[in-house]
Amino acid sequence: MLLETRGLNANYGQFRALFDVDFAVAPGECIAVIGANGAGKSTLMRAITGVIRNAPGMVLHHGVPIGALPPAEVMKRGIAMVPEGRRLFPSLSVEENLLIGGAARKAAGPWSLEAVYDLFPILRERRHGPGTALSGGQQQMVAIGRALMSNPELLLCDEISLGLAPVVIRDIYAALPKIRAGGAAMVVVEQDIGKALSVADRVYCMMEGRVTLVARAADATREAIHAAYFGAAA
Amino acid sequence: MIWVDIIVQGILLGGLYALFAAGLSLVFGIMRLVNLAHGDLIVFAAYLILVGVSLLGLSPWIAALVAAPVMFGAGWLLQSLVLNRVLGKDILPPLLVTFGLSVVIQNGLLETFSADSRRIPAGRLEGASLDLGVVTVGVMPLLTFASAVAVILALNAIFYRTALGRAFRATSDDAVTAGLMGIEPNRVFAIATGLAMVVVTVAALYLGIRANFDPSIGPARLIYAFEAVIIGGLGSLWGTLAGGIIIGVAQTVGAAVNPEWQILAGHVAFLAVLLVRPRGLFPRAVD
Repeated sequence: MLLETRGLNANYGQFRALFDVDFAVAPGECIAVIGANGAGKSTLMRAITGVIRNAPGMVLHHGVPIGALPPAEVMKRGIAMVPEGRRLFPSLSVEENLLIGGAARKAAGPWSLEAVYDLFPILRERRHGPGTALSGGQQQMVAIGRALMSNPELLLCDEISLGLAPVVIRDIYAALPKIRAGGAAMVVVEQDIGKALSVADRVYCMMEGRVTLVARAADATREAIHAAYFGAAA
Repeated sequence: MIWVDIIVQGILLGGLYALFAAGLSLVFGIMRLVNLAHGDLIVFAAYLILVGVSLLGLSPWIAALVAAPVMFGAGWLLQSLVLNRVLGKDILPPLLVTFGLSVVIQNGLLETFSADSRRIPAGRLEGASLDLGVVTVGVMPLLTFASAVAVILALNAIFYRTALGRAFRATSDDAVTAGLMGIEPNRVFAIATGLAMVVVTVAALYLGIRANFDPSIGPARLIYAFEAVIIGGLGSLWGTLAGGIIIGVAQTVGAAVNPEWQILAGHVAFLAVLLVRPRGLFPRAVD
């Protein structure tokens, strides 16, 4: 497995946010993680990227324990994150935001400034402006491009459609197959089930800090997802 | 004519204050750390240069060149071993730690070098002057000012033209997200403090050549530096130079009216600027 969590627990102080989460991503695979607000999806991403420290063996990268590494070390191993809320650096221009994504990890791969500009041509026009002057959708493109600049093995996308207009979401999702074609595995965290299933091979559904469903995206029935998303079947 | 002279001398004096302040501004801009030991670190560096001059027989310029990497290392270690542990949401712990550091440095210097006031000898340059027609300016004040501009140009080039500068700005914006980009905030902070200590060395060189110093004068230098940083706008390097110049000019003008008013006039100018522009002259857009 490219990435695995085994019995992952996470706490915010006294509050337990994840309970024994087993999660796995194979090389090149695209996983959707769905669930309601507060289900633990973002916490799972924060635990994988090292923003929340865990016991080393709770997160494995190609079988190597990385659960206790700081975020910078996890990133250098090829796990890049598109954080929730985009989190562009306001003091940096669009191009500088992209450059900083690729500064710490020099890996061979399809992604470069040119490749990102080809994927999202609007960014080429805006490259010298500040990231904060862009629309929400364009900012999301910068956030995705910034993560791609390190040529990651695994791209984690946390709520990339949050707060965006449907037409903009469609543009962003249209880029995902091209990103997959570059070879990176992906995890797409979403509240929008339909969008998530449209791009994923497999789906994990979470509720109240636990994984309640693991299925192939094609096999997941509406009823099964409904039950896993909202709790015991009505 | 005399007023032109006073203003010019004030501007040049402002260069010295800007040098005192640039390191403070750099560190504050990147990690929101207020280093109360900054003035004492300048005095420490001045003694380091003095040792190079008096014990090793180096020229002050070479001694400063030797002291700069030593100070970089000291700053790097100080940040890695001590200050990184106290940085956080609460601004009080770093204030207390650097205040303690200030006491330690002053007493350490007092033990080592005694309370005698010292000066870095610079030979003929000390008294040399340049006749510009309208005014006559000292070579040392002119060099000081030129160095202040050079330091700020260099820091700006690092900030806005290098990968290190991008890492500085990104970490300052959002340290958690910077971590996700493979940047280790603690390492960035250590480099920043090391860099600030190189600027401190430059400030120490001119402080030591232009005036007498002893182990206790650090905090007084810190006040001018603070005032320059604050009226310039926290975190803005050009603002820091402007702030230094305002205080320098206010002091020379004050002294021309009445020699007793020199220091007071600087502080009054500081308060006057804050009254009009509470966030300083060039506040950062994002904070």
